[in-house]
Amino acid sequence: MKIAVCVEQVPDTETRVRVAPSGAAISEADVQTWIVSPYDEFAVEEALRIKEAKGGEVVLVSVGPERVQQALRNGLAMGADSALHVKDEALDAADTLGTARALAAAIRTLGSVDLVLCGQQGVGGDHSQVPGMLAELLDLPQVTVAVKIEIGDGQATVEREIEGARETWTTPLPAVISAQKGLNEPRYAALKGIMAAKKKPLTVVDLAGLGLDAAAVAPRVRVTKLELPPPRPAVRMIEGDAAAQAQELVRVLHEEAKVI
Amino acid sequence: MPGILTFAEQRDGKLKRASLETVSEARRLAGPLGASVTTVVIGPGSEPLAAELTAQGADRVVVFDDAAFGSYATESYARALAQAVGEAKPSVVLVPFTAMGKDLAPRVAAKIGAGLASDCVGLEVKDGRLVARRPMYAGKAYATVEWSGEPQMATLRPNVFPLGPKDAGRAVTVARATVDASSRARATSVTATAQGKVQLAEAQIIVSGGRGLKGPENFQLVESLAEALGAAVGASRAIVDAGWVDHQLQVGQTGRTVSPSLYVACGISGAIQHLAGMSSSKYIVAINKDKDAPIFKVADYGIVGDLFEVLPKLTEAARAHRASRG
Repeated sequence: MKIAVCVEQVPDTETRVRVAPSGAAISEADVQTWIVSPYDEFAVEEALRIKEAKGGEVVLVSVGPERVQQALRNGLAMGADSALHVKDEALDAADTLGTARALAAAIRTLGSVDLVLCGQQGVGGDHSQVPGMLAELLDLPQVTVAVKIEIGDGQATVEREIEGARETWTTPLPAVISAQKGLNEPRYAALKGIMAAKKKPLTVVDLAGLGLDAAAVAPRVRVTKLELPPPRPAVRMIEGDAAAQAQELVRVLHEEAKVI
Repeated sequence: MPGILTFAEQRDGKLKRASLETVSEARRLAGPLGASVTTVVIGPGSEPLAAELTAQGADRVVVFDDAAFGSYATESYARALAQAVGEAKPSVVLVPFTAMGKDLAPRVAAKIGAGLASDCVGLEVKDGRLVARRPMYAGKAYATVEWSGEPQMATLRPNVFPLGPKDAGRAVTVARATVDASSRARATSVTATAQGKVQLAEAQIIVSGGRGLKGPENFQLVESLAEALGAAVGASRAIVDAGWVDHQLQVGQTGRTVSPSLYVACGISGAIQHLAGMSSSKYIVAINKDKDAPIFKVADYGIVGDLFEVLPKLTEAARAHRASRG
């Protein structure tokens, strides 16, 4: 099986977000650690498990500036075979559709791919759009928010979780499947893997190399302003013993906050 | 006349509340945009839903009332919605950000080449165009989003947009539509995992537990309080990762971002990923034994105390309160 995994590099979830001087983006200078988006890690792990069970090849694909190569090396250190980095200044302002177009074009260059795995959401942008867009652009079926994937003969059985229910879907392969938390426990890259990753092929390609131009990825949606949430009012501590605290809390929630 | 098109999710012949919220918001925006509202419903039993959607604000309801659309499938629903958009040529397309909308909207956006803003919590009209507000970084920041070109497509967070008054006197206009209902990926079975329980995304009140509970066997203290308050149950990432509860309950970054009217954090210290996911709640109560826990920085009401004493008393008081109100 040839499996393509889309990987996004995002600020560590511990990051305290600050707004850049432009007022319309986060301040990257204040991001201390960049990581592979946690949902994409589940996708990489799942690809490796499928490869270990069925044989094949795992190719990582990422769109972004120079720094995303660190995320790709992380995935290679986990065990992926090669990586493709789509790097082009025109993509800096790309929205989800532009990103999906670049990823789709990059995946097409890989030849016949049996499975495309993505995280269900990039942590940070929180759009949850690229997997579905990618499936449409590649004319493939999609199954999103997967918590279990079983690969059969030319098809996959996928369990997905939605509000209050667990669904089982079947899809022919190739397909795009997006990973939800709960799918697996991603492995840590061992030292041996980290050393081996340095020698694995990492190819860089620009939009022209994919047969795209800047117009194809021009954003239709853009952030014009980014703000931190307003500070919350000071806390009011409720004193007394447990019974008195409980009585008083119920009283204020009913009489003052009017929420119960 | 420019148009707004909304997608209304129904399952088993019942409209999701988020579908009505989306129509209601479309009705509100229709004024400043000078637009009419078309609503699309897909699935058998859709046509009878037109009356309710019309009362909530739709001018015209397009129904794909066909048994072939019996269970949700991404490709067939996307084809239907894209066809309806192609015919109505709206300037704005609104979809609820439910599990279905989250799966459906991106595929439709790619089909019709629309810019899509996800999980919007506010929509306004500026110079005849839509402007959206949406959380990023799980709520650590809020973005103002604008579109170039049309249609301007957005998904709306459930439970945020108010339901306007219903007007049963509005004339119902139904258009029946049909399209190829095939889909390569399909649901083969559905199992309810939380029957009868309040869902996190739609909950007005959420009671969440964290590591302060000391062990999975004590999570029932949180469940009892939730039941007494008619609330959904949530959890911190720490106890999800420790395997105490299912990850579906996780609130915060890599879990769910929630904004109920009341959030009760029990034994949750308040890691930045957790605070991001719940600090837009209207009221926050924190119960923790450590008076310096970061959770108190976002809380409106705080109780420093032993969960094992406070939670049973609070459950008792909440039950008594409920009983007194009948």
